[in-house]
Amino acid sequence: MPTQRITDRFDKVRAEGRAALVTYMMAGDPDIEASFDALCALRDNGADIIELGAPFTDPMADGPAIQMAGQRSLKAGTTLADVLALAARFREDDRDTPLILMGYANPVFHMGYDAFAEAAAKSGIDGTIIVDLPPEEDHELRQAYEKYGISVIRLATPTTSEKRIAKVAEGASGFLYYVAVAGVTGAGSADPEDIRDGVERARRVSGLPVCVGFGVRTGEQAAAMARIADGVVVGSAFVDHVRLALESGASGSIAARVGGLAKELSTALKSA
Amino acid sequence: MNKLNTWDQWPDENGRFGEFGGRYVAETLMPLILDLEEEYRAAKKDPSFKAQMEDLWAHYVGRPSPLYHAERISEHFGGPKIYFKRDELNHTGAHKINNCLGQVLLAMRMGKKRIIAETGAGQHGVATATVCARFGLQCVVFMGATDVERQKPNVFRMKLLGAEIVPVSSGTGTLKDAMNEALRDWVTNIDNTFYCIGTAAGPHPYPELVRDFQSVIGREAKEQILEREGRLPDAVMACIGGGSNAIGLFHPFIEDEGVRLIGVEASGHGIETGQHAAALNGGKPGILHGNKTYLLQTEDGQIIDAHSISAGLDYPGIGPEHAFLRDTGRAEYLTCTDKEALEAFKLCTRLEGIIPALEPAHAIARLGDVCETMDKDQILIMNLCGRGDKDIFSVAEHLGMDI
Repeated sequence: MPTQRITDRFDKVRAEGRAALVTYMMAGDPDIEASFDALCALRDNGADIIELGAPFTDPMADGPAIQMAGQRSLKAGTTLADVLALAARFREDDRDTPLILMGYANPVFHMGYDAFAEAAAKSGIDGTIIVDLPPEEDHELRQAYEKYGISVIRLATPTTSEKRIAKVAEGASGFLYYVAVAGVTGAGSADPEDIRDGVERARRVSGLPVCVGFGVRTGEQAAAMARIADGVVVGSAFVDHVRLALESGASGSIAARVGGLAKELSTALKSA
Repeated sequence: MNKLNTWDQWPDENGRFGEFGGRYVAETLMPLILDLEEEYRAAKKDPSFKAQMEDLWAHYVGRPSPLYHAERISEHFGGPKIYFKRDELNHTGAHKINNCLGQVLLAMRMGKKRIIAETGAGQHGVATATVCARFGLQCVVFMGATDVERQKPNVFRMKLLGAEIVPVSSGTGTLKDAMNEALRDWVTNIDNTFYCIGTAAGPHPYPELVRDFQSVIGREAKEQILEREGRLPDAVMACIGGGSNAIGLFHPFIEDEGVRLIGVEASGHGIETGQHAAALNGGKPGILHGNKTYLLQTEDGQIIDAHSISAGLDYPGIGPEHAFLRDTGRAEYLTCTDKEALEAFKLCTRLEGIIPALEPAHAIARLGDVCETMDKDQILIMNLCGRGDKDIFSVAEHLGMDI
């Protein structure tokens, strides 16, 4: 079952005495072929879990880096079906690396929750983070996921109260994504000590591994965050490498660039 | 769907109008909208809140706005007696301030000192900036770059009022993009910031509270028509972008089943061209900006940019209560093109000596068709929700005139 793949991965990482490296890339940025190479480079350079962004025209929770990545992907004509096909292609040769689809509700709603769940399961998607489906609104999607064992990955934030975290934890599986700073993706960075209690509470109430994201860009920051979390999520920094590669006219260098950053982060987590 | 007992029972405790509405926001914002809902419930029960609103409506906004028998327009269309609800005479020139006052008072109850808003035509931005000036609050207005260009007079007014204008160039630089950016600001500045949404859309409780604040329009109209005519109107009518002026007029009549509720959406260059803003007539249900409602979208669920000559109607969605009223058949929704709105703009100006905003010009344009379905002894109330001063430059351009 898909959720099992996530659990197995955290077991493995824990056995190695370190935090998991969770990496985000926008699918189809700048095209599907480049994305596929980038995903392989991430995996080959130490990414433990891969989040695959599905583009949306109105990414309300994202900062400029991921907004632009989504626009590049949409410009290339990427559809939700293309994102799933990309996942399926990656899954052909990789049975172990959890794949998490991250995106917004409307494309998924438009495909139909049942149709999406079936297609996602067939494509080897293990869980999803649908940013604008809070616990109050995701019951239909959870129902659709049930028979395929796909995880609903929920978000917790520094604004999540003791009472609220119970609501967030109920029905969540796989892991919890702790948003370190109130803000959009790619902005600011948190002091691990400031969120230590919140992360601990999320872990205690949910019984799930907690991965911390937002504002983590370097090996040093990742290592610091690893002291309090079960996993560290890095997104905008990878997406920035795509932009930099395109701006320098070297789109062929994307895989090497993101692989390099994954290596740096992975090494830092192993020695943290 | 729950059993429909009364029209008035909506939204339910989950913020739903039938299947529409809801709270589709990122987790960071959930505690904020839950707090807002709690504060709104408390304010509703607090007589001092109501008294403060009513005092400001009377002495600052100039309410009640008149209900005016538009004799020459009525004669022109040869049908029922047409009344205009004159919300364009409000301070700042549109209905928007009804809602801004309510939300800013709520913000102050919550101890928030920084108010953010999105704006299309600039009317909501001007109203928000006005109320913030009145109460000495910081005001930041997000406005699509395209709209900043076509609504220069309002941009200047907001600046005079002390607001900071943030032009938004993502997407097509219109209202939806301004709303995305306002949501991003809100999620970043949660501690001190209140998001004053301009229309009856967004996550629960916004559609409900905006409707409640705007319902002053319909309550007054009802009282005024009963006094003037001794009976209810046969139809009430308003233009619709997000739908706040329309829901404000409709809602007090919603239980009066004999009163037709008629909304007019902007169909831009025509629905068949794909360049329009008619979410109900040319869209499908979807999820955007915190609510489930009708949206202009592609086969893959990507949002399509709207088009309308009127910046205030240039939005790919619609308030969730309108989606519900449409699907249940309680309200009718017509459309009007850019060209028809311009003609109606001229007609109203010449026949009544009232320069309407381009937004209500859309409703005026459909009066003829609606009148054909009504008898001479019937009564129709149309909300003239804004004045056209802000539009004279863009109208001149469309008419090929130099000023």
